[in-house]
Amino acid sequence: MNRLLKNREILLLAIIAIMVIGFSTRAQGFASPGNLANIFNDTSILIILALGQMTVILTKSIDLSVAANLSFTGMAVAMANAAYPDLPLALLIVMAIGIGAFLGAINGFLVWALQIPPIVVTLGTLTIYRGMAFVLSGGGWVNAHQMTPSFLNIPRMSVLGLPILSWIAVLIVLGAWFVLTRLPFGRAAYASGGNPTAAVYAGVDIGWTRFLAFVTSGALAGLCGYLWVSRYAVAYVDIAIGFELDTVAACVIGGISIAGGIGTVAGAVLGSLFLGVIKNALPVIGISPFAQMAISGIVIVLAVVFNARAEKKAGRIILRDRAAQDRNTGEVSA
Amino acid sequence: MNGVTKIQDRSPHPTAMTKAAPILEMRGISQIFPGVKALDGVSIKLYPGQVTALIGENGAGKSTLVKILTGIYRPNEGEMFIDGRPIAFHSAQAAIDAGVTAIHQETVLFDELTVGENIFLGHAPRTRFGTIDWRQINDRSKALMRELESEIDPTVRLRDLSIAQRHLVAIARALSVEARIVIMDEPTAALSRKEIDDLFRIVEGLKRQGKAILFISHKFDEVYEIAENFVVFRDGRAVGQGKLKDTPQDEIVRLMVGRDVQDVFPKVKVEIGAPVLAVEGYSHPTEFRDISFELRRGEILGIYGLIGAGRSELCQSLFGITRPSSGRLTLEGRPIGIRSSSDAIRAGIVYVPEERGRHGLALPMPIFQNMSLPSLRKTSRSGFLKAANELALARKYAERLDLRAAALSVPVGTLSGGNQQKVVIGKWLATRPKVIILDEPTKGIDIGSKAAVHGFISELAAEGLSIIMVSSELPEILGMSDRVMVMREGLSAGIFERDRLSAEVLVRAATGNQ
Repeated sequence: MNRLLKNREILLLAIIAIMVIGFSTRAQGFASPGNLANIFNDTSILIILALGQMTVILTKSIDLSVAANLSFTGMAVAMANAAYPDLPLALLIVMAIGIGAFLGAINGFLVWALQIPPIVVTLGTLTIYRGMAFVLSGGGWVNAHQMTPSFLNIPRMSVLGLPILSWIAVLIVLGAWFVLTRLPFGRAAYASGGNPTAAVYAGVDIGWTRFLAFVTSGALAGLCGYLWVSRYAVAYVDIAIGFELDTVAACVIGGISIAGGIGTVAGAVLGSLFLGVIKNALPVIGISPFAQMAISGIVIVLAVVFNARAEKKAGRIILRDRAAQDRNTGEVSA
Repeated sequence: MNGVTKIQDRSPHPTAMTKAAPILEMRGISQIFPGVKALDGVSIKLYPGQVTALIGENGAGKSTLVKILTGIYRPNEGEMFIDGRPIAFHSAQAAIDAGVTAIHQETVLFDELTVGENIFLGHAPRTRFGTIDWRQINDRSKALMRELESEIDPTVRLRDLSIAQRHLVAIARALSVEARIVIMDEPTAALSRKEIDDLFRIVEGLKRQGKAILFISHKFDEVYEIAENFVVFRDGRAVGQGKLKDTPQDEIVRLMVGRDVQDVFPKVKVEIGAPVLAVEGYSHPTEFRDISFELRRGEILGIYGLIGAGRSELCQSLFGITRPSSGRLTLEGRPIGIRSSSDAIRAGIVYVPEERGRHGLALPMPIFQNMSLPSLRKTSRSGFLKAANELALARKYAERLDLRAAALSVPVGTLSGGNQQKVVIGKWLATRPKVIILDEPTKGIDIGSKAAVHGFISELAAEGLSIIMVSSELPEILGMSDRVMVMREGLSAGIFERDRLSAEVLVRAATGNQ
């Protein structure tokens, strides 16, 4: 039991289960399979984005431009769909992924070739991509009646009891798991974040690895651009505004170390579901949206504290000397 | 009250030194880290107005002693006395309050702050209202600088100063607290001869003020020039101390090197084969120049030198971490170009770095993943990772190196230092290299593990691997090497065959003290 509790994915799963049970005592049917499937479907986009974010964070970087990327790509495919209703949906999806990957590649290139800190690069491109969405649309909206029925409906189609949107999330989860645990790129991502210097010494090209991580994150953001526009049946500049923080929060709650090198796909998924359950439950039990934000915030801070403590324990042996030095300089200059 | 006047107050009896009681005495000090006894029952005394030189190889315990004196470490055993009264430092501030100050090798100063701010950071004089008293900072900084025979303006930013001037600021900072015991940790490492002369004038001034100085240096000529007393450390023990003027340099070298070399390092006789690696005219813009040597099959080439002689930098460039500005590399008769570490690994040259935590291991990752990281090409099949192959590879080398771990899937960060070192070595052996570069392979591990590592290095050579071993420990270099290249200030100071090797020869070549 003790060992089970130490596994943070299982701990998180248990907490989510307890939350669901707790909420169902207040709201009839909260724990019904139908509602749980709804919550999962509702959280699908967050899960996909969080997996992209996780890939980037693993390499000791961060991608703050995912929501802006989503907004631009969503606008682009929505406008393409409105202007050329005959374009096949598959082409639009490929286009969304392609545009997203290209925007991600811009981030990756700036981080890799110009050695600019990822937080600065993506903070900049966040604004640029939103601005591009505005320029592209002229500030206008693309509404449901301008979109073709297949564009709107395919993600909602139910297959084996779940909407296609959910199935896409499931596929991406499996894909992310495969890439991160079964491909050399995944290993390189963990190594680049776990200890960049050691990774270089081991022959890992960390610049290239980061570039690929940003491309991955961008491609997933692009895919989510289509999914989002289709789900909410509207495209405008401000869609998903601030959503990049939700993706980071999902990762942090899921135990992905913001310092890189630590984290699992299961963690990112559970972190997203945790946020999804809270988001869906609080209105049901009558808590105001403002309290929701505060509660999410508290949970994130707690998760960070929890992570920091766990990491400190793991790294203690070798860092003792360094810590002593740091303490020294701290005290002298204090 | 003004700190400067206090310093001047304390310079009354420049003549009564030799007979004076020690300001500071340490008795039976031991410092134990998991797996290593860094200091073992060390006793030293520091006298007012005298310089005591602390001499020893890297890892002999000098830095640990400095950290105890400055209140960073609390010793496990032993007592300290200041003016005969027992004292214990519970924090760095306590050491400063007791009058101990240290000028470190790499001084912690702030480029963007002014000279005055740097000097008084943390203990700035205050006005009546509790705000910082800038006028006093400037006046006292000027006074301190004048005491150091320098006219540096206290309002200049540190980044505009030369290295030597920064050093003066560091000294001024150390003296701005009421210090009676001044520790100088390799203060001359970055200085030119003229700057060293200036520094020594300052040290003479401090002596006249009756301060006790602990002077840590590798360079014998400097030690004889400035110090009265010496203490030699070896393997955490004070193995000799006394007056320098009664002690010839050879005696100190002997104390430093200590044990009879051949007994501890039973070097396996290995048939030395054909040349494997030839380095010609290797140069780097700043770190080393015109290095040439040849390495044969089964040979152990030692590289000896002082810290900063460019040894690690040379090895890192052979491994593709940095690029040389000129020079040629030939591996098994074929010229090769190495532009990245993956080129080097593919060619069969690997590097086991000195700082295993920083360069060697990704601590959160499992043991087997760390071990397989440079070998993924071999363990993967058609681009997919094969965990079974990785585990098999890790198991093979874990057994061979006698790695102690609960499971190969636990994070490397949970292992002890010695076992982490085994993971690093195993990881590189698994790439089946032709040339292995070991940078300080036994630094920071205890004597028992050292012997195991040395035995293992001999075994590798016997299997036909060519080994470059960088080490600052003379016994290790003397005991293990077939040949030794000595580096000094980025240049090769000679390559010595095994039959011509002796501690004196190497130390003289490394210090340039022919």
